Amino acid sequence: MQYIPNILFIIALAAGIGYFTFNIRKIIRNIKLGQKVDASDHKSQRWSNVFRIALGQSKMVVRPIPGLLHIFVYVGFVIINIEVLEIIIDGIFGTHRVLSTVLPTGLYNFLIASFEILAFLVLVGVILFWTRRNIQKLKRFWAREMKGWPKNDGNIILYFEMVLMILFLTMNAADQSLQSLGVAHYVEAGSFPISQFIVPFFDGLSEGTLMVIERSAWWLHILGILAFLNYLYFSKHLHILLAFPNVYFGRVVPQGKFKNLASVTAEVKMMMDPDADPFAAPDEDATEAPAKFGASDVMDLSTTQLLGAYTCTECGRCTSVCPANMTGKLLSPRKIMMDTRDRLEEVGRNIDKNGEFKPDDKQLLNDYILPEELWACTTCNACVEACPVSIEPMSIIMDMRQYLVMEQSAAPQELNTAMTNIENNGAPWPYNQQDRLNWMDEN
Amino acid sequence: MAEYAAQGKLPEVLFFVGCAGSFDDRAKKITKAFVKLLNKANIDFAVLGTEESCNGDPAKRAGNEFLFQMQAMTNIEVLNGYGIKKIVTTCPHCFNTIGNEYPELGGKYEVMHHTQFLKSLLKEGRLKVEGGKFKGKKITFHDPCYLGRANGEYEAPRNLLEKLEVELVEMKRNKSNGMCCGAGGAQMFKDAEPGDKEINVARTEQAQETSAEIIATGCPFCMVMMTDGVKAKNAEENLQVMDIAEMIASADDL
Repeated sequence: MQYIPNILFIIALAAGIGYFTFNIRKIIRNIKLGQKVDASDHKSQRWSNVFRIALGQSKMVVRPIPGLLHIFVYVGFVIINIEVLEIIIDGIFGTHRVLSTVLPTGLYNFLIASFEILAFLVLVGVILFWTRRNIQKLKRFWAREMKGWPKNDGNIILYFEMVLMILFLTMNAADQSLQSLGVAHYVEAGSFPISQFIVPFFDGLSEGTLMVIERSAWWLHILGILAFLNYLYFSKHLHILLAFPNVYFGRVVPQGKFKNLASVTAEVKMMMDPDADPFAAPDEDATEAPAKFGASDVMDLSTTQLLGAYTCTECGRCTSVCPANMTGKLLSPRKIMMDTRDRLEEVGRNIDKNGEFKPDDKQLLNDYILPEELWACTTCNACVEACPVSIEPMSIIMDMRQYLVMEQSAAPQELNTAMTNIENNGAPWPYNQQDRLNWMDEN
Repeated sequence: MAEYAAQGKLPEVLFFVGCAGSFDDRAKKITKAFVKLLNKANIDFAVLGTEESCNGDPAKRAGNEFLFQMQAMTNIEVLNGYGIKKIVTTCPHCFNTIGNEYPELGGKYEVMHHTQFLKSLLKEGRLKVEGGKFKGKKITFHDPCYLGRANGEYEAPRNLLEKLEVELVEMKRNKSNGMCCGAGGAQMFKDAEPGDKEINVARTEQAQETSAEIIATGCPFCMVMMTDGVKAKNAEENLQVMDIAEMIASADDL
């Protein structure tokens, strides 16, 4: 009988981690639907980006207030996980504050004290984040694409974190009361700079009641963590894990450098080769389907772009600096990422159901992202620069433009004119190439 | 350039003028101002003239990769044919495309934006810049996206303004957070999508907030957009738009 809590704990832990792993594998499978990317270059720069941008939060603090609050929550999240380790050991073996028996008292007390301070800072950060979203109503959290689920999702995450921190502090407070009553099993351990202020509320409570409070808070806290872990997959909050790989696979060349399509290079080289046989029959052994230019659906995008879609936490810094969005155009770089993820999830569900992807008469273009959005981009890279986790909404816009122009010849009329001019007379305007030097003789 | 080649010579640098610099009336003034500076510094330079063709940036960013690569390879054939090693441009789009996107297609050159080139001339003592009529004037610098964010060059133009002894007043959005003029990504050649404001007007308003007398820039397209923005705000009387090369040339009364 006495092992029932241990068994229940192990079952809960296994279920929590099992289901999370199951969903993460789905995410990996979905990301792999994208075009392969070779990221074997610039290794040292990639790692330095991970340390600087992801671990070091260098882009978060560009905006100091949310940056600092985010660091509270981020450091709290990372450090408090050491406490979770203790909880897991205690849960499995029925021990209590096992690390206090292993670590020197001073160190253990220091750790618990710092967890408490961090928990408090997380609480402050999360409450202020909630205020920014719901009271201050920052514009970027109230955009068109933030209605319904995305808005609720953002708040649910904040409630989760508030509750977890309150449970953690309540647990510690009850533990202190039990320690001071000298209850067996509750070893004297830990230093509690924050939860000591909760202790007076427990004055006069019986041992039994305190134990119920302590155990409830302990259980709810760890179950809450497992629930939150599994909530990640259904929310925008995956960035806490994916930010690191996303930054690693992020840009290591100047932002102005767009990729050159290799398939086009081969074509152009052949066209310009005076020795090429214009009547050559296509290679009969060629089994490869002709390459599709650009992207109309998620499978045409790269794995990096799809990883970016799962990484996006909808903070909207990209959209808030987008010149098109700021001047009332339909384009929102954040929406590009959200649409990409939503479509990828839809494709994933299709695969779950059918074993493989069955065409569903839908695609990313038109069903999610409209040409009007794509054509509003000035390729200014502000969204790319603003993203704290190195996502590139602009690259998806460019790939989809490529599809519109090269597969569908669906450019806006004025652009067709400019492109015809470039083709015919080497300038986007209808001037003769022979007049290129006229400026020299003008005053 | 053909004349140079006929004499079997290679210039120190090739000035890639660009379409705007060749054809747009306002941008041609930048071209001429820059040429004056090159001459003053006794730079041995050449232009491709009628052999130059659009670098392909608007085609690529409009999604026409095929046309872009056609343009790129045509230019590369010409440039490589002459054995060009070093290129300077007054247009950040030419600068970016030739510098970043041509190498993979076989065009490897040292490419400099004219503000970088002028800065290096100053450093080497081949050109002198004095404040002249811009001394103490309030001037704001509009970062061209393809010079700034795209290639991380924020200091060269500011450095030149410093040499002109101006009072540099930054807009709220500057350097890596600078706001686009609205011309990039081939937007220059089409109407904007429906919205509630033009991007160039919004950017001009930001410049007006600094109460600067001149918006300095380093891109012929920013030039067009900002000039139109100033016109839209009816502010031509007290707000000019100038390329840094023009400022240096006119400070010196060239």
